[in-house]
Amino acid sequence: MTEQRWPEQSFEDLIGTTRFDVHERPHITLDDTHCRDCSTRACVVACPAKLFVPTSDGGILFNYEQCFECGTCYLVCNEEGALTWTYPEGGHGVVFKRT
Amino acid sequence: MSSPDVDVVVVGAGPAGSAAATVLARAGHSVILLERGPFPGSKNMYGGVVYPRILDQLHPEWWTEAPIQRWITRRSTMVMTDTQALTVDFRTAAWGAPPYNGATAYRPDWDHWLADKAEAEGVQLLCSTTATGLLYDEGADGRRQVAGVTTDRPDGDLRARVVIACDGVNSFLAKEAGLYGEVDADNYTLGVKETIALPKEVIDERFGVRDREGVDIEILGGTSGVNGGGFLYTNLETLAVGVVLKLGKLGAQELRPEEIIANLKAHPAIAPLVEGGEVKEYSAHLIPEAGLSMMPKMTGDGMLVAGDAAAMCLAAGLYLEGVNFAMASGIYAGEAAAEALTAGDTSAAGLAGYRRRLDDTFVLHDHRKLRRAPSLVLSDRVQHLYPEMIANTVERMFRVDNPSPKPGLRRILNEERRRAGVKLRSLVSDTIDGIRSFG
Repeated sequence: MTEQRWPEQSFEDLIGTTRFDVHERPHITLDDTHCRDCSTRACVVACPAKLFVPTSDGGILFNYEQCFECGTCYLVCNEEGALTWTYPEGGHGVVFKRT
Repeated sequence: MSSPDVDVVVVGAGPAGSAAATVLARAGHSVILLERGPFPGSKNMYGGVVYPRILDQLHPEWWTEAPIQRWITRRSTMVMTDTQALTVDFRTAAWGAPPYNGATAYRPDWDHWLADKAEAEGVQLLCSTTATGLLYDEGADGRRQVAGVTTDRPDGDLRARVVIACDGVNSFLAKEAGLYGEVDADNYTLGVKETIALPKEVIDERFGVRDREGVDIEILGGTSGVNGGGFLYTNLETLAVGVVLKLGKLGAQELRPEEIIANLKAHPAIAPLVEGGEVKEYSAHLIPEAGLSMMPKMTGDGMLVAGDAAAMCLAAGLYLEGVNFAMASGIYAGEAAAEALTAGDTSAAGLAGYRRRLDDTFVLHDHRKLRRAPSLVLSDRVQHLYPEMIANTVERMFRVDNPSPKPGLRRILNEERRRAGVKLRSLVSDTIDGIRSFG
């Protein structure tokens, strides 16, 4: 690898570039009692918005606010019943930029 | 059975939905086009290249007004390892003049423009409205016929003779209608992208282009060991750099998507092209990657499925297309729905003209022809062994190792094949597979 010529960018700064018009109703909910038996925890790595964070007590903390609404989490999740997944209320959620 | 509010409800104002709505409005039918985002395109991102020739029939001379960033006149295919890169670089002046070939464009711009064109034909566009489910009527012979959608608006049910689901890669409507078989995560890839601002002159200079000329670089091997691919596209004053990652493989390792992009940006072949720019937007979207093998039933009673909702993306390594398939399938869905409305039969049988049009045109021709390509391109050997084998072969071919004499090409290839752990039998069978897939 060449010398690093990119300033260190935190994930918070990176996703801070994306616009989200958050609605008060969580469009995705996680019941993490299902997560304690999960051996893969694929959502933690795969969610491009990094919304699934393991907790010290073996659960997973989830926040819907900066969600791309992509569908990765429900596709990689192998614990039936852990996730409920809907789109946000019309007009809310991620808004990609026009020029 | 209450009377319909409108002839057709099209769900999703992406390229498929707007094309379908435009065709139907022109045929004299009343159309509501639903969009869950605040404006068309607001939920949509892609790598960054659109091939718009299908618009010749819908919007002749579309290039005089389409919101494109740059015309692709230079197309590079790059195979890389951590420290090496081999690029096949093609350029042609022909693609920089009408009718053009491919262009970079922001999806919120492109999709908004296509929806504007639909509105100009009399389509009623309803933004900030999410379709939450399907409405059904009891058909004559006891079958259930789709008769509209429920929405998240107060009193938001919309009844229609035909529903065209252009509701994207997750298509909950097509799934609710039972048109999808088993949904398998391995049929999907995740696309993640950074849009990076740089002055136009800097982009022109780094990429060797002028004016509205643009570059499309497709990358094999730049995904930190996760099966997928990388890309780098030039917009007018930004670059789009990102990766496409196979979901099953992504979830089974440790690197996160943004870290994989960071690695690609730091690669010696990529860093000089992108460094110094400021990230303007980070975005992500799923891609229906598996082509023909994952497509749903396209037609139900009172319902058609088009675009990503019907898994129309062509993700075949050398060919990475989707918006054109979406627009085409939208056009054909619109035509078939108009035909069915005129004939007074909007059952699946009455709507069969859709499937016939898909079968007879490039839409399913290309998907059938390239049906083996997605799995070959994402296979472990193509992804993990061949880039190293190819790059090392080329490095030794061009290395001047004096006083040692030059080894023959065949010897180098054989040694590098063995060193990469590729069996001759596998190489031969993959080569035949490749010729079959793309030939």
